Amino acid sequence: MKPKIAAQAGTFESSDVIFLIEPLPKGAGRKLELTSTVMQQFGESLKRIVVEMLDQFEMTDIHLIAKDKGALEPTIKARLETAIKRALGQQEGTL
Amino acid sequence: MLYIPGNNPAMIQQGGIYGADSILLDLEDAVALNQKDAARSLVRNMIKVTDFYDAEVCVRINHLSTPFGLADLEEIVPLQPSAIRYPKTESPEEVVELLKIIERIEDLHGLPHNRMTLHAMIETAMGVQNVFSIASQFSRIDAITIGGQDLTADMNIIYTPDGAGIDFARKRIIMAAKASHIDVIDTVFPDVNDEEGLRKETEYGKKIGFTGKAIINPRQIDIVHEVYTPTEEEIRKAYRIIKEFKANSAAGIGVFAIDGKMVDAPIVARAEYLLRLANVTVV
Repeated sequence: MKPKIAAQAGTFESSDVIFLIEPLPKGAGRKLELTSTVMQQFGESLKRIVVEMLDQFEMTDIHLIAKDKGALEPTIKARLETAIKRALGQQEGTL
Repeated sequence: MLYIPGNNPAMIQQGGIYGADSILLDLEDAVALNQKDAARSLVRNMIKVTDFYDAEVCVRINHLSTPFGLADLEEIVPLQPSAIRYPKTESPEEVVELLKIIERIEDLHGLPHNRMTLHAMIETAMGVQNVFSIASQFSRIDAITIGGQDLTADMNIIYTPDGAGIDFARKRIIMAAKASHIDVIDTVFPDVNDEEGLRKETEYGKKIGFTGKAIINPRQIDIVHEVYTPTEEEIRKAYRIIKEFKANSAAGIGVFAIDGKMVDAPIVARAEYLLRLANVTVV
């Protein structure tokens, strides 16, 4: 699935993560920019969760930016799910 | 009961460590309108895996008249938190509709209809008027609570520290809860810096019959616990009453005296209640 609109979810607060998703032209694939205050310890885990969820939603041709401030796994999953659903036009929210 | 905004991951993940008896993950007034979807997803994901230790986990959903209430139920009911708190409950008919939806979702997921309970929140003048019919008819409602801030708004009055404007409502709600044999929880004390005011309001609430109090900050937990926890002296006195009652009952005596004071059925019932609260068994 391809995002219909740019969308975001989350905040810059400690223990949270903000995801910004925007559509790319067809065939562009996935462009991921992941930053985290705990990149060394949990960077791989963050990337794994992001890729798994994008696979689950069959997301293609997207630019995803994540700025993580030490969010736990359920928070990462929740924020990413919300950003994806907003980008797909399935939910309302910000941006 | 500690209120925790449903869109705040830091507060949710720490919710269980403060020692509150229960936590309320709030999808309603604590969440901005354009973040309802985010909060719902966060609460759902957090409840699944977070250890809240001994605290009961309740979720306040949005009212079914809003665009969010049904989605809240569809995502939260399958998780079967201890309770769902329903805001601005005004009539038993509303509760019937709410329960129909909850039970439909539970049937879809193969869940029983008697595990998760409901708290009815009374926050309007109409709700206060109808509170007994709300509290008494539904076995799944095990608590009613008063929402002081919304009630004063509905009444077009200002909330004052002495609680004068909502005193009648408090007492009417308490009486309905007592007649229905369910818990009744007082409204929050909004000034987190006024510990003396919190203690005074909590003591008054206990005196008139509330069985607990909602709070908005972990700093308020200790004071509320101190007020509602039976003291050692109260426990000893209750223990003695029950011990004497058992001995006198065995001898066929219904009314007796302890230290010159009459002890009859109501005094015994109160002592039994206190010992249950303190989790003490008379041997």
